[in-house]
Amino acid sequence: MSGRPRIAVLVFPGSNDDRDAAWSLGALGADAELVWHAETELPQGTGAVVLPGGFSYGDYLRCGAIARFAPVLDAVREFAADGGPVLGICNGFQILCEAGLLPGVLRRNRELEFICRDVRLRVERTDTPFTLRCEQGQELTIPVKHGEGSWYADEELYDELEAGGQVVLRYAEDCNGSVGDVAGVCNAERNVFGLMPHPEHAVDPLLGSGDGALLLAALVDAARGRSLATA
Amino acid sequence: MKVTVLVRPKHGILDPQGEAVQGSLRKLGFAVGGARVGRLVDLEVEAASAQEARDQAERMCQELLANPLIESFEIEVDGA
Repeated sequence: MSGRPRIAVLVFPGSNDDRDAAWSLGALGADAELVWHAETELPQGTGAVVLPGGFSYGDYLRCGAIARFAPVLDAVREFAADGGPVLGICNGFQILCEAGLLPGVLRRNRELEFICRDVRLRVERTDTPFTLRCEQGQELTIPVKHGEGSWYADEELYDELEAGGQVVLRYAEDCNGSVGDVAGVCNAERNVFGLMPHPEHAVDPLLGSGDGALLLAALVDAARGRSLATA
Repeated sequence: MKVTVLVRPKHGILDPQGEAVQGSLRKLGFAVGGARVGRLVDLEVEAASAQEARDQAERMCQELLANPLIESFEIEVDGA
């Protein structure tokens, strides 16, 4: 049996971090396969799905609002409903929120400017497949690059997510005006996770930080586990 | 049938875009006490009646044109 689990990296018109994600996952031991948005099925043996960053469908209407109608999203819904790990990065996070797979919505940054820099994050939960390699309260340095990354939920929803332990990552510094400084949330079942920072741009200290590898390597672990379980 | 949909940031939700517009207008010398920026969608809807057009637009808003977490919407049907 191959030790390299298969991870599907979706490609929408306007995705631009798909190759970085695939390269990083490959470097971390996965067999990453780019999957075009018009596909109706995920490749056989897919152990995890990544929705990468970018500007799918030109960010028309609202970020992620159109991408949720892509044919491949039905396959992703099915995969997620079956417990498969799904990771949304930046625009991928926006898509998962608009698709109702993750709670909340991403809005224009508080100061309206596009933010492109390293930020410090704090790991709030390690009981997700994505943060298993992190320690509770650990600080990670991972870059963000977004104009619409201010996560919003009303008070009721936010309290519910807090109580359910769905706030997984927070900014450890002022960033974009997100409610509760939320940088990443998961669904109630904990197998779908989205975050604005880009772990795929932080997998080698040469690039400033290797902290993103902690999250992506955990995803590779989860994909391997899933491949074994469904083989 | 012509249908116009107005999408607004919900009451009470911070609208940084509106604030920036307000600031700019004030710099131009206009006494503007507040500005909120939304979106307008003009539609040509195939429908047998104004009510049917309105019902369709309502569903469009719920399913795509507005995000109910942060936006409210208003529908105007031409001639209705």
